[in-house]
Amino acid sequence: MDAIILQILNGLDKGSAYALIALGLTLIFGTLGVVNFAHGALFMIGAFCAVTLSRILTLSHEVIDETRKDFLGNPLKVDVPYVYDWFGQETGDVIIDWAVPLSILFAIPIMIGIGVIMERGLIRHFYKRPHADQILVTFGLAIVLQEIIKYFYGANPIPTPAPDAFVGSFDFGAAVGMEAGQIIYPYWRLVYFAFAAVVIGAVFAFLQFTTFGMVVRAGMADRETVGLLGINIDKRFTIMFGLAAAVAGLAGVMYTPINSPNYHMGMDFLVLSFVVVVVGGMGSLPGAVLAGFLLGILESFASMREVIDLIPGINQVIIYLVAIIILLTRPRGLMGRKGVMEE
Amino acid sequence: MFGLDKRDTTLLLIVAALVALAPFLLNPFPENSDLAQFNAGYPDLMQRFVIFGIFAIGFNILFGLTGYLSFGHAAFLGVGSYAAVWMFKLLSMNIIPAIVLAVIVAGVFALLIGFISLRRSGIYFSILTLAFAQMSFALAYSVLTPITGGETGLQLALDDPRIIGQQVTEGGNIPVPSLFGLEMRDSAELALGPWLFTFNIGYYVCAIIMLIAFYISIRIFRSPFGMMLRAIKSNQQRLNYTGLNSRPYTLAAFVISGMYAGLAGGLMASMDPLAGAERMFWTASGEVVLMTILGGAGTLIGPILGAGMIKYMENIISKINKTILHEWFYWMPDGLEDAMVSIVYPFIGKGWHLTLGIIFMLVVIFLPGGLVEGGQRIANFFRGRKAAKQEGKGTTEPAE
Amino acid sequence: MGILEVKNVGKRFGGLQALSNVNLSVAENTVHAIIGPNGAGKSTLLNCFVGKLIPDTGSVMFDGQSVLGRSPHEINQMGISRVFQTPEIFGDLTVLENMMIPCFAKRDGSFELNALSGVMSQKDIIERAEHVLEDMNMADKRHMHAASMSRGDKRRLEIGMCLSQEPRLLLLDEPTAGMARADTNNTIDLLKEIKEKRDITIAIIEHDMHVVFSLAERITVLAQGTPLVEDTPENIKGHPKVREAYLGESA
Repeated sequence: MDAIILQILNGLDKGSAYALIALGLTLIFGTLGVVNFAHGALFMIGAFCAVTLSRILTLSHEVIDETRKDFLGNPLKVDVPYVYDWFGQETGDVIIDWAVPLSILFAIPIMIGIGVIMERGLIRHFYKRPHADQILVTFGLAIVLQEIIKYFYGANPIPTPAPDAFVGSFDFGAAVGMEAGQIIYPYWRLVYFAFAAVVIGAVFAFLQFTTFGMVVRAGMADRETVGLLGINIDKRFTIMFGLAAAVAGLAGVMYTPINSPNYHMGMDFLVLSFVVVVVGGMGSLPGAVLAGFLLGILESFASMREVIDLIPGINQVIIYLVAIIILLTRPRGLMGRKGVMEE
Repeated sequence: MFGLDKRDTTLLLIVAALVALAPFLLNPFPENSDLAQFNAGYPDLMQRFVIFGIFAIGFNILFGLTGYLSFGHAAFLGVGSYAAVWMFKLLSMNIIPAIVLAVIVAGVFALLIGFISLRRSGIYFSILTLAFAQMSFALAYSVLTPITGGETGLQLALDDPRIIGQQVTEGGNIPVPSLFGLEMRDSAELALGPWLFTFNIGYYVCAIIMLIAFYISIRIFRSPFGMMLRAIKSNQQRLNYTGLNSRPYTLAAFVISGMYAGLAGGLMASMDPLAGAERMFWTASGEVVLMTILGGAGTLIGPILGAGMIKYMENIISKINKTILHEWFYWMPDGLEDAMVSIVYPFIGKGWHLTLGIIFMLVVIFLPGGLVEGGQRIANFFRGRKAAKQEGKGTTEPAE
Repeated sequence: MGILEVKNVGKRFGGLQALSNVNLSVAENTVHAIIGPNGAGKSTLLNCFVGKLIPDTGSVMFDGQSVLGRSPHEINQMGISRVFQTPEIFGDLTVLENMMIPCFAKRDGSFELNALSGVMSQKDIIERAEHVLEDMNMADKRHMHAASMSRGDKRRLEIGMCLSQEPRLLLLDEPTAGMARADTNNTIDLLKEIKEKRDITIAIIEHDMHVVFSLAERITVLAQGTPLVEDTPENIKGHPKVREAYLGESA
């Protein structure tokens, strides 16, 4: 029982990331009908927003500290971050410590901006082209984006820690009244899951309860009719793309403490997220979320020692295997709608 | 000639001539000149040109004709490489059994994957092939280590049996791959004044095989079978309502292109007898897609051009460094020189992937027919007339 | 006993009963038209004949064999060819190649994939395709890109492709929809000529009464998913129920 709960918990953080990326992919596919291979790059850029902000916050200038001497007896030069000057040392430290969560605020406008530019500048011209062309051009864009990041940030992973308050683990078992010491779970993963749940909830609420969301949902169902009603659906779709980019970016921001960001993390996640979308059902938002968590948890179960002993290598292939089985038995995925991507 | 019409014969002969003279054509600059870095006439690179040419020709039979975009073709190349290396380990260092086995194994593997993947079309097909390739990669990297050598890759060893060949050379080394005594790494060199030309046996073996592969692909393109494949791309619904089940055709195309990939993999192992899982990674699959699109999907010559172009860039552009850039722009005023260098710098050396990505995007956006279409547009521009509509898409001229 | 026997066919899409209790018998070597207002279920019915849809109830027999559960290509092999509302041809191929495909498909009556024989021999296929093109008066267009032709020519090509397979039943789904008057008249003439030349059964779904009354020998009127009446054109013209349900509203 403990082991099962532990694996479910372990699956949640990856599952959350899959779900968030797949959600964005599905939003874009459902509204614009575009297969976006650059979506993983948006996730990666989000992660590098966090890296950038923590670098900005630790930008320093040299100050001569008269009270301390170096080994030659000269006054010691110390790097003092600008935030110390502005907010005082104590507040400054807190701000630096909370760089990753703060990056959320920093990343939202940037990601929306990138998303809008991408849609206006590139994707828009591919609505009428075949899906293969969309895949290819966004694949090219993904290469370009990740190479740009590599140029500025280098090829090595950049550790970006969570705030001190969330570093370390806690005893999940004891917290829910079970035997202590059995289920140890890192704080940040729980934060990540909660964050993902909030974002997913917000997106669904937005689509469900606002007029904007209503029009977009109508557009997903029948683009032409909505266009005939005189509603400027194109503009809304642009905003939708920005929103999807922001979701992917936020997923990236918060993922940095779990996995140090590197320039190819987007591609790594993208392949799996596509599998998630297909399993969930192309164009189905609940399907994407469900499949994201499902596959995350399955992956974590497949990584259990007992399972690997039974079927060697299963942890490496479980997601693909499930995808293949689902595609062959339920061609539309778990919750796919009829008529989406069917020739 | 050879059952080809006049235009196709000309095309084949031109390609044959280019391939035969490649050691000269790719080394246009004298050995010690500043421009020698743009020479591509060394064996290793020339081998890669033709091997990836084969890979892309095969991919084009699937994607160019039927429109099915496979994102997992590198798996077949990887499987072919493993099969060939195993043949070197077990049987002999002769490349013929190795290549034959590579093609057969890749073909069987493609039959298996194709049989399942081709139940779906469009993006689903792409994702299925991608999933299969990633699975193969993951397995080769971990569980299948006894067969694939895992992370280190599969290499030859002194104690390999090599039952019908030489196990160890007289010098106590591992023997090198050969074709009835002709060692693949042997080269003849020809110095003409300041020029140095290298004629490598391995390259010419690959080149001859590529010409055969190219000839077969022309025959397929021009046959009713090829026409059926184009019909699948054009209108699958009409094909079904003409009493045809498209799946045997797509499966045949898939297996043929898988065998081409296996052939390329086998040749790769024959030139350098080792195989690693990274050859199956999905970026490698992406690379062959890039080659085909860049050259011109659905055209005969396109994939060869695309493969050559990308491999040339990979090798030449990635070797340029800051010092060389400064040499190029030394004639400019100092400030301008530095500015130029820092503008160009991100695109060269390690940044060649960036260049590649940009070129690729530009091609997909503005020139969906690839280099071949570009060549045609230029040719038509000079002929002073608009695109000749009566020429079919599949009957493209070489872009020169 | 007709060549196509439809019994009690019903089809429901969610809350919509698209077809109910459809009984229809198409006699061999006749032209049988199915007419009805928009949404009467004409296209749904046609899709049930060719394997694109499977009805919920009832049976569809072609020449004594059930077509239900078979895929479109199998049904085509039984001898049913279909012409679509918008011409479905191979746009990227030349006219000659378009014609070669049905000829190639049925070269030994086998429909089997034979890649190698396909690579080796094509002379006889080309000859047959050329022959059909001449029959259709399209020989001069043989090297044109099919997509660049006029709609009327595309329709002519599509019909030619279907005829080259020598089907026993030709299904036409609004063959003149969206056509100019001249093209429509050409298509009518073409169909009349075909009917004179060969033994073929034609089932036609049509909106345009001019086309229907020029061609049909029998007419079935479909309204709200059920056959209202079936009779000769003369009787249909004067039928009060039809006037009320269909002609009345279009007049």
